[in-house]
Amino acid sequence: MKSLNFSRWFPSGRTTVIGVPFLFLFVFFLLPFLLVVGISFSQQQLGIPPYTPLTKMEDDVFTLVLNIGHYKFMLGDDLYFATYISSVQMAFVSTVLCLLIGYPMAYYIARASESARDTLMMMVMLPFWTSYLIRVYAWIGILKNDGFLNQFLMWLGVIDTPLRLYHTNWGVYIGMVFSYLPFMIMPLYAHLVKMDLRLLEAAYDLGARPWKAFVQVTLPLSKNGIIAGSLLVFIPAVGEYVIPELLGGSDTLMIGRVMWDEFFNNMDWPMAATVTCAMVLLLLVPMALFQHYQAKVMEEVK
Amino acid sequence: MSTMKPSKPLSYAVLGFGYAFLYLPIALLIIYSFNESKLVTVWSGFSTKWYWALLEDDELINAALLSIKIALMTATAAVVIGTWAGFVMARLNRFRLFPLFAGMINAPLVIPEVIQGISLLLLFVAMEQAFGWPEGRGVFTIWIGHVMLCVSYVAIVVQSRVRELNRSLEEAAMDLGARPLKVFFVITLPLISQALVSGWLLSFTLSLDDLVLTAFLSGPGSTTLPMVIFSRVRLGLNPEMNALATLFIIVVSVGVVAGNLYMRSVQRKRDREMQLAFNQA
Repeated sequence: MKSLNFSRWFPSGRTTVIGVPFLFLFVFFLLPFLLVVGISFSQQQLGIPPYTPLTKMEDDVFTLVLNIGHYKFMLGDDLYFATYISSVQMAFVSTVLCLLIGYPMAYYIARASESARDTLMMMVMLPFWTSYLIRVYAWIGILKNDGFLNQFLMWLGVIDTPLRLYHTNWGVYIGMVFSYLPFMIMPLYAHLVKMDLRLLEAAYDLGARPWKAFVQVTLPLSKNGIIAGSLLVFIPAVGEYVIPELLGGSDTLMIGRVMWDEFFNNMDWPMAATVTCAMVLLLLVPMALFQHYQAKVMEEVK
Repeated sequence: MSTMKPSKPLSYAVLGFGYAFLYLPIALLIIYSFNESKLVTVWSGFSTKWYWALLEDDELINAALLSIKIALMTATAAVVIGTWAGFVMARLNRFRLFPLFAGMINAPLVIPEVIQGISLLLLFVAMEQAFGWPEGRGVFTIWIGHVMLCVSYVAIVVQSRVRELNRSLEEAAMDLGARPLKVFFVITLPLISQALVSGWLLSFTLSLDDLVLTAFLSGPGSTTLPMVIFSRVRLGLNPEMNALATLFIIVVSVGVVAGNLYMRSVQRKRDREMQLAFNQA
């Protein structure tokens, strides 16, 4: 009698339900990273693929060749170092600007009447739904030397000669704040809107001035929103390519752009992989923080 | 209590400035798409000629059709996988590797696209070397890339919706003898249908708009709309692009506003029915 228990060979229902999306994410998200790390240790070559294999099997001898040349080059090269510093700085300034504009907006939307709130938030989200590329493009017409902003300022008589904004770091800051502002406002709003206003009343009753009540009550209660929003802006901004390419100058150093050029212009895949590894390393701490706060948010919902 | 209300003038000033910043660039873009002059920023008269030029631009039209096709495929696949993953996040989150699972869902939300682009490309190249598949790059590789981009958004929308669900309906179905799979399809899925619709729409627009990931994953003959737009916009202003942008913005805005109003009315109706049900109980 063949009483083979087939069910033994198949994973249980629960394992399958968890396993399928897990495997999908593993294959298309985590595994590719490991490949990037691997290829950062190989060498550029002519042919397909344009990099040398790391391992070789010859006469029963298995050899693993790790080329650390790219890393050595990157650490020794001043331009690369300047690019890292500049990427972090550009992303940081953009994040602070987003916070300065986004916080007051989120604050007043959260304090608006209940019926107005949904509409106001939809208006924050709407630009996020329309094309990102188009929104960045819209700024070219505004920032150019003969663009709308300069036309307007010269018509007002504020300036005589056009301001140079297009193809400068200023252009990049404006483009970044414009593109990432919704990501800052969303988590801030979510925290501010569920705040218990009786806490503020209590502070006022105890004689706190509005400003002091804000600093001592509202601000600490929205701390997690500030952190989440800042990370949502900072992390992608570090590796931004489109905005510096379209609005920045040739002297706007950003790591995403360097990586793109290594890959598409120099066809140096291993070097591009090395730059990617460095970028991941740079973002490891902010990413871990983001993970931590996402987990916290999920716990709160429960 | 009077001190509680935030100052009206200040609130109007802040919101006015904020929304002007968000909408003025888009408004200028739309207005100047009707400008006759090729110099986009100098007004010379009303004209719709750039819209007619779009119709004769075969490169653009072919790219747009390809983008729409990929976006349809992406949105559908992303909703299936994202819902699955979101359900696991919300209900089956007690397994050992869960932190890794949650990490793989959350990280793509913020990770710079250039990183995801090169990693997926290297995966596809390695796969081609190892198994001879996928042959070269094209629609298939772009599709997988876009699905990866959208799955996280869908999963997060779905998981927060599933967490809010009142489990009594599902439990009732279980008590009546329905198998878990049936409960999921007959009870849970209809309850979270709103989240699925918004996830689908979000994925569709994300895919339609993606440039960076597509640039890494496309091959000869698979040029999408954002790639064409980018290659032209790089050279500076282009009135035809203003016209295209205007069309895009109008379609998306009408879609989002209509979807929002519809969902709000559905929500209100449901609230009313719940109220009625509780009143009768």
